[in-house]
Amino acid sequence: MKDTTDTNESDRKAWMSLIAKAPPGRVSALLDAAMTRPDFTWLRAPETGSVMVRGRAGGTGAPFNLGEMTVTRCALTLDGGALGHGYVQGRGKADAEAAALVDALMQTGAADDLRARVLAPLEADMQQARAARAAKAAATKVDFFTMVRGED
Amino acid sequence: MYVAVKGGERAIANAHSWLAEERRGDTAIAELSVAQIREQQSLAVNRVMAEGSLYDPDLAALAIKQARGDLIEAIFLIRAYRTTLPRFGVSQPVDTGAMACDRRISATFKDLPGGQVLGPTFDYTHRLLDFKLAAEGDAPEAPERTATPEAVPHVTAFLNREGLIEEAVPDDTSPPDLTREPLEMPADRALRLQALTRADEGFILGLAYSTQRGYARNHAFVGELRIGAVAVEMDIPELGFAIEIGEITLTECETVNQFTGSKTEPPQFTRGYGLVFGQTERKAISMALVDRALRWQELGEDDVGAPAQDAEFVLYHADNIQATGFLEHIKLPHYVDFQSELELVRKLRREAGA
Repeated sequence: MKDTTDTNESDRKAWMSLIAKAPPGRVSALLDAAMTRPDFTWLRAPETGSVMVRGRAGGTGAPFNLGEMTVTRCALTLDGGALGHGYVQGRGKADAEAAALVDALMQTGAADDLRARVLAPLEADMQQARAARAAKAAATKVDFFTMVRGED
Repeated sequence: MYVAVKGGERAIANAHSWLAEERRGDTAIAELSVAQIREQQSLAVNRVMAEGSLYDPDLAALAIKQARGDLIEAIFLIRAYRTTLPRFGVSQPVDTGAMACDRRISATFKDLPGGQVLGPTFDYTHRLLDFKLAAEGDAPEAPERTATPEAVPHVTAFLNREGLIEEAVPDDTSPPDLTREPLEMPADRALRLQALTRADEGFILGLAYSTQRGYARNHAFVGELRIGAVAVEMDIPELGFAIEIGEITLTECETVNQFTGSKTEPPQFTRGYGLVFGQTERKAISMALVDRALRWQELGEDDVGAPAQDAEFVLYHADNIQATGFLEHIKLPHYVDFQSELELVRKLRREAGA
């Protein structure tokens, strides 16, 4: 079922990665605010499974199995033929469906609209969340100073 | 004479109903939601994810609620659920060097690129009960400071420049998986690390402590401890490229251990490694110490007979679900076994008295 659309691969990788990490319900809400959902046919109905996450000994050495995480995936085709894949973290079947719809629609004429109304807000949410944590971490950064000694 | 009997169904059903009632507790007190546990008991949630070996905070919170706060019971529920999931694949090894760090400290270098970032830590608290938390609380807000984007390289990379520390050479050997194949000895480091990261925190803590007290001689410094979020990337076969399928919080600990050299290795610092799901700092430090102790053979050190050097002892007793399963089964009916023991003792007494 290898996909053969000529969408730019790195572009698609970027939006799928962004959608996979979105909080539950967020992609659905943005998609529904942007448009009425198109009709589609399931190629693979949403299913929840696991992915074994790997780390490396010493951070950079040989890989080892760290433990699994839950992932939900699905695949669908729009009536126009565009094929969408959804992979999201967690067990949200509705989230996987919304992810696959956005993936498919991004390969159609709706791409610019969705980029502005779904992907851009998701990206902004993520940047904001990351910046807020980084700012809190920065506030706990130690500023060392040397005590003035008495011999001067 | 032993007679097989059936029964107990009604007693079991009623016991489970009472369990449900006790779980709820006093109904005059508001019920805990799963989201409350996930948000406000997050270190318990992290422990259940780490030892349950499944990263899903909502499921871990549900398991804690169902288990009435018994974390080993909750871990058992997660392990059982995990076996029902089809496995979609394996991720690429996570890049902890690119972690968005909430916390990053080094006990070996004061000034280092990226700095000493304390994060939301219990360190330096006075461990005095805070009675303000018993009252209706407000929502505290953490101070913020403008973050300067900068790389936060691993501390061990600085020592590597002088060649003073052993290197963790990149390697892409596919690691063994103890969830697919039984854990067998000898266990290579990849298998040991998998067993340690899901091992019981208390057991690993005790073993790590034993190495500090002299049972396996290695003096560890925490070269670096970091906690934060990393992206998880996986190759998607139907796409033909990799995407990020999520983001998880990890705790990583690298210890730096003095090493006077051996027949095969020059005097240098050696390393122990801990990497654990969630904010789980005590576990990650313990894991790094035990990992280092278990490496005696590959570093050409002597076996001093310490428990933490014995891979078979450590790995076969570190899993709290295996341990509790075997331990607790002895409370279940053993009427036939015991009947035969009883017969034997009576017979021996008759013979001795005769």
